[in-house]
Amino acid sequence: MSNLGYLYAALGVTWGLIALYVYRLYRQQQRLQRELEALQRLHDRQQQEA
Amino acid sequence: MKDPLSLPGRRWLPLLSVASAVTMMAALYAALLYAPTEQSMGDVQRVFYFHLASAWVGFLAFFVAFALGWRHLARPDWRLDAWAAASVEIGVLFCAIVLLSGSLWARPIWNTWWTWDPRLTTTLVLWVYYAGVLALRGSVDEPETRARYTAVLSIIGFINVPLVFMAIRWWRTIHPVILDARGMHLEPAMLVALVAALVAFTLLYITLCLAQVRAAYLRQRVEALQGQMEDRLEKRMARRPGQGAA
Repeated sequence: MSNLGYLYAALGVTWGLIALYVYRLYRQQQRLQRELEALQRLHDRQQQEA
Repeated sequence: MKDPLSLPGRRWLPLLSVASAVTMMAALYAALLYAPTEQSMGDVQRVFYFHLASAWVGFLAFFVAFALGWRHLARPDWRLDAWAAASVEIGVLFCAIVLLSGSLWARPIWNTWWTWDPRLTTTLVLWVYYAGVLALRGSVDEPETRARYTAVLSIIGFINVPLVFMAIRWWRTIHPVILDARGMHLEPAMLVALVAALVAFTLLYITLCLAQVRAAYLRQRVEALQGQMEDRLEKRMARRPGQGAA
């Protein structure tokens, strides 16, 4: 690998890992938001029934 | 009174995200185009700007976890634990980036991917330790115990941070010393690129921390709601005739 190849590989690793982490965080937030909304609906229905 | 479960950073997170993206672009421009090519190492030396900025974020993240750990032990609060856990996680991420980018820089310059140099070894120990803290967090279900373990381990683990910093000054090493008593040994244009990378990575750290803490607040809300619903269900079952008599 040329000198520049190592530079690009290092930049790729740096931004690849950051991008992966941001994606994981985004998916996690989406899942939690959906879960919260579903629970909120169920909670409201339970209250109405009571 | 403010709801303790209200999501933090509603206003700040979009602003910080944009600021991080803009400063990151500026940092990339400064490192790849503005800074001059180093004479002996050539273009691969440009890894330095992001390598050092990642190391700085790692140190900052572990320091934040250390400070919050003290605070949590004095006055336990799940919100402090949420911030500390986010900080440790981001610290581990940036520590991994330091090790990997350093290895890719070392190959053409030192002719090896890895050497058991004091700086490299102490950094690896730091990464393994904090990755272990995260693994331990994942294995403890009880929130208060988990928070206490994280606080204590973050305080103990921080001892290694000054050791990593001083390793190249105390022991014989092949790792270059950029900052010493006489100041920074960098060209002015290189210093500009380094400062740009430091600012960009610090902003990214704050943004990621805030996003991670928002996720922790959401999780807390989900758990609180689940608890409320389970309580109501139990009460309803208890009111039914014939239940619990068996």
